[in-house]
Amino acid sequence: MTMLSRRSLFAAAAAVSLAVGIAPAQAQDTIKLGALATLEGAFAVLGQDGMRGVKLALQQHDYMAGGKKIELIEGSSDASPDSAIRAARKLVEQDNVDILVGPLSGSEGLAVKDYAKEHPGTTFVNGTSAAQDTTLRDPAENFFRFTTDGAQWQAGLGEYAYKEKGYEKVVVVAEDYSFPYTQVLGFMNDFCQLGGKVVDKFWVPIGNKDYSSIVYSIPEDIDAIYVALGGADAVNFLTQYEQAGGAKPMIGGSITVDQTVLGTKGKRRDYLVGTPSAGPIADNWQNEEWQSFVKAYQEAFPDGFPSPSLFAHGYYISTKAVLESLDAVNGDLSNNQAKLREYMASHEFDTPTGKVHLDQNRQAVADIFLTEVAMKEDGTLYNEVVEVIPQVNQTLGMDREAFLAMGPVSRDNPSCP
Amino acid sequence: MASITEQRDAPAGERGAELERRGLALPRGWAYLPLGLFLVAFPLFAGEFWTVQIGAYSMILGVIALSLMFLAGYGGMVSLAQMTVAGTAGYFFAIFGTSSEMSISLGWSPWLSLPLALLVATLFATLIGLLASRTAGIYTIMITLAIAVAFFYFTRQNYELFNGFNGFAQIAPPAFFGYDWNQPQLFYYLTLAVAALCYAAVVYLGRSTFGLTVQALRDNQRRMRALGYHVTGHQVAAYATAGFMAALGGLLLVFLNGRISPGTIGVGPVIDILIIAVLGGLRHPIGPFVGALAFVLLDNFAIDLIERERFNTVIGLCFLAVVLFSPDGLLGLWEKARRALARGGRPRS
Repeated sequence: MTMLSRRSLFAAAAAVSLAVGIAPAQAQDTIKLGALATLEGAFAVLGQDGMRGVKLALQQHDYMAGGKKIELIEGSSDASPDSAIRAARKLVEQDNVDILVGPLSGSEGLAVKDYAKEHPGTTFVNGTSAAQDTTLRDPAENFFRFTTDGAQWQAGLGEYAYKEKGYEKVVVVAEDYSFPYTQVLGFMNDFCQLGGKVVDKFWVPIGNKDYSSIVYSIPEDIDAIYVALGGADAVNFLTQYEQAGGAKPMIGGSITVDQTVLGTKGKRRDYLVGTPSAGPIADNWQNEEWQSFVKAYQEAFPDGFPSPSLFAHGYYISTKAVLESLDAVNGDLSNNQAKLREYMASHEFDTPTGKVHLDQNRQAVADIFLTEVAMKEDGTLYNEVVEVIPQVNQTLGMDREAFLAMGPVSRDNPSCP
Repeated sequence: MASITEQRDAPAGERGAELERRGLALPRGWAYLPLGLFLVAFPLFAGEFWTVQIGAYSMILGVIALSLMFLAGYGGMVSLAQMTVAGTAGYFFAIFGTSSEMSISLGWSPWLSLPLALLVATLFATLIGLLASRTAGIYTIMITLAIAVAFFYFTRQNYELFNGFNGFAQIAPPAFFGYDWNQPQLFYYLTLAVAALCYAAVVYLGRSTFGLTVQALRDNQRRMRALGYHVTGHQVAAYATAGFMAALGGLLLVFLNGRISPGTIGVGPVIDILIIAVLGGLRHPIGPFVGALAFVLLDNFAIDLIERERFNTVIGLCFLAVVLFSPDGLLGLWEKARRALARGGRPRS
């Protein structure tokens, strides 16, 4: 086939597809909302809780926004970026959703951000993915994140550990991927500036079972261990650390000190008391807004968790932001959803965890909860709110240029041995 | 030697030999013309999603599964490392070419990085072949699975070359001849061309001296050795050939996703390739493509059929049903249907 006829064949193909594409825009009376979460794989339970957050927000809005009916279409990934892209493609290109809420985990978020750039006609609103570079570097015009990133989640923890707890030398034990890197950055940013030292970092694969080589490499002359492992992994690490005779106190990442850790039995319980950590929510916050959110969640989902996870919370406020913005622009999605996006970019609203607004990169500025493990009278452990750090931004209060100059977060960045 | 293509009920001697010769009684020659025309015309009426996510993606998985079909169906060597080889090609295309991680990527021209990636992946497949051809049957499966899992963990923890958990993003297909190959129709035709070439290659190889030798090795290694054939040499060559095909599929997969990370070559995708090959049927090169189409359709639309918590169950049940009722996969169903029609409902003699 000659070049010319091949070219004309492609042209014809393109013309046909365009003709199909620009079918007359019908007057919409429903808006399609896609929700993408990890309903398969290791994070399936968390993804289900994320979906509960979406549904709770929709129920509270009676599945209506801007005078139009909201149709929810769910999509599922298995926490790998490839599967997130496939699910996003199906929702956007096949189901024709107008707005997509999701995904759940960090690497997925980076992938969906890249995908968003190819689809300027759809608005993407992050679920709970917390990688820093989803919005910090090279952001997409149509990608909005109403939740905070992994570094923001640790705001104030470094300062608290250094000043209140008096820890000056720590080692880091964390899982080896983007989310814990970001968490470690959030912790070290304050901690190192104040003069603290992170003498060593141990990166372990997700789902690691054997921590013996690490346990015996932890130096004696440290004050505490910063642990950013998922709950079940944290229990494994702590058990082996304790069996080896380790007794240094712990500082926890945002998903470390969860119910699996707090529910453990034995001597470790006393050891855990006083462990500080920080995150976007705090289960036991005695705040009216938060408590009524927890109550609404429990009523809507009797088969859900005892208390909403940060995934339900993240998806809830993301969906809520979308619905409120749709109300404000009367469901006007014309002109590539320009009105909606303009409104969302400047929308400041109340969530169960305080006020949220977006910065210039469409990244949330929100309150962060500094907690510490305490013991109730009946002997059960819980995370007590020590302080609410108001309106933490993505650069952790630093100048944007200076913050960007530190370079992308990695295993070795930041460093203060 | 046991192979998974061995006919459970195949009687020894004459009838078995006849069955082997006949293969699957699929339509031949011009009967494929409508199918070919349909595939060529498909993007003209289908939307972007159907063109790329269903059409092109099925063919990519089909090509990778085809490489397994070639090894398993003709050679009796079930290699679970085909996705690993595909991923190697994708990884090295990102490493030699351009990606989001320019501190690792070398930024070479795609005219160089593309053939190099294919070469590296094929070499890797050859090495796997050298190792795996020392084993047979279930041990081949185990050793190739071990290689696949080891490579997955290696890429996840190696930051110097493979960039660990994050892998590489923003990998664009090379702009050969000035076209944007990411454009849905173009990408579809590129995939179709590669798939058609691989299919034709396997059909041709199946009838060539090399292909016949490999099939003979599957059936009776000892006799072939006695006849003076170099058993390991032929088997390694089969691994290399299949590896090259898998590498082509891997490159297309990276063009489609624009990214590669350990998740692309994890245990899930590795098993998926086996499922696709078995689902489609291992007796004919069209099988993997049929299997891939069925797999992709299920993967995309099962969530719409049933409440979301259960949609993986539907996928599992479908596979179970096919494997239980038709050991030859979906192709076997065709054969059964054809025979049933020919018998015209008369009872089995």
